[in-house]
Amino acid sequence: MDIITLAQVSGSLSVIGYGIATLGPGLGLGILFGKAMESTARQPEVSGKIQMIMFIGLALVEVLGLLGFVAALVVA
Amino acid sequence: MVEAMGMLFAAESPDLPTVNDFLPPEILFQGTPFALNRIILIRIVATIILLIVLGITASRAKLIPGRWQSIVETGIDFVRESVVYQVMGETRGKRYVPMISTLFFTIFVFNLCGIIPGMNMAANATVVMPLVFAVWVLIQYWVTAVREKGLWGFVRDECFPKGVPWPVYILLAPIQLCELILIRPASLTIRLFANMVSGHLLVATALAFAQYWVIDATNKLAGIPIGALWFVFGFVLTLFEAFVAFLQAYVFAILSTVYISMSYPED
Repeated sequence: MDIITLAQVSGSLSVIGYGIATLGPGLGLGILFGKAMESTARQPEVSGKIQMIMFIGLALVEVLGLLGFVAALVVA
Repeated sequence: MVEAMGMLFAAESPDLPTVNDFLPPEILFQGTPFALNRIILIRIVATIILLIVLGITASRAKLIPGRWQSIVETGIDFVRESVVYQVMGETRGKRYVPMISTLFFTIFVFNLCGIIPGMNMAANATVVMPLVFAVWVLIQYWVTAVREKGLWGFVRDECFPKGVPWPVYILLAPIQLCELILIRPASLTIRLFANMVSGHLLVATALAFAQYWVIDATNKLAGIPIGALWFVFGFVLTLFEAFVAFLQAYVFAILSTVYISMSYPED
């Protein structure tokens, strides 16, 4: 290692990319489940409907994180 | 130096899973279009098992259900009531119950293959099988739209919604059209496929580390407790995969129903 190289990274950089890619969906999931819980607590009688809508939202949020995963597989 | 360390680790490192797990060698009919590898064989076996089990259950159906029959009926009822009828209502949803039930049960059984010992690979873990399901849904909601609204009516309602100032259409119309044709099936495919791939990699990694620490590691005093922890972790992840198998089948079924019901005119 010469004097110019101050830090050396080994391994796949796409792992870090995937870590960053999970941040947004993580926030999204937190908001999603938090709001679903809150609204179920307010109106327990429509919990079935809320749960269904929550799962649709879950699917849409989840695909963002999985895109990062697939991109890491494809590019690496 | 890094390569030397890599060599050192490679000699005694755990047998971690790679992407090659999803590209197994062909075992039958090599070189023909019908070449069969391990994953395709799993698909065929899972399909046959599903057909036989459901066929026998249906042919022996009684008015007062036995234990197994009531389990199957609970599943079918679940798809009909809390997926299809909840989203589109009974009058519209009735004709889609067979399709959504087929999708749900096939995807569920295919996903469960990932945790069945001996198979150990979800049949949906390559991109082709989820793509087939997604294309089926794509064709179904276009056909529904053409029948209910007419082709132009559907495209107009989706790409040029009312109450939007006209300059926005320049941006909105291509995005909406892209979503109708490409993004909906692509997101269905990627969600199912990537979930199964990541699930397989997780479980296989945990169990590879367990095997490495218990059997291959030279320091047995530290190796056996660490290996036992990895084994427990792998076991918990296997249970989690069973949950994910159900969840993904449910999400796929419910999103297909939502997409089909979006093809209907507003009430």
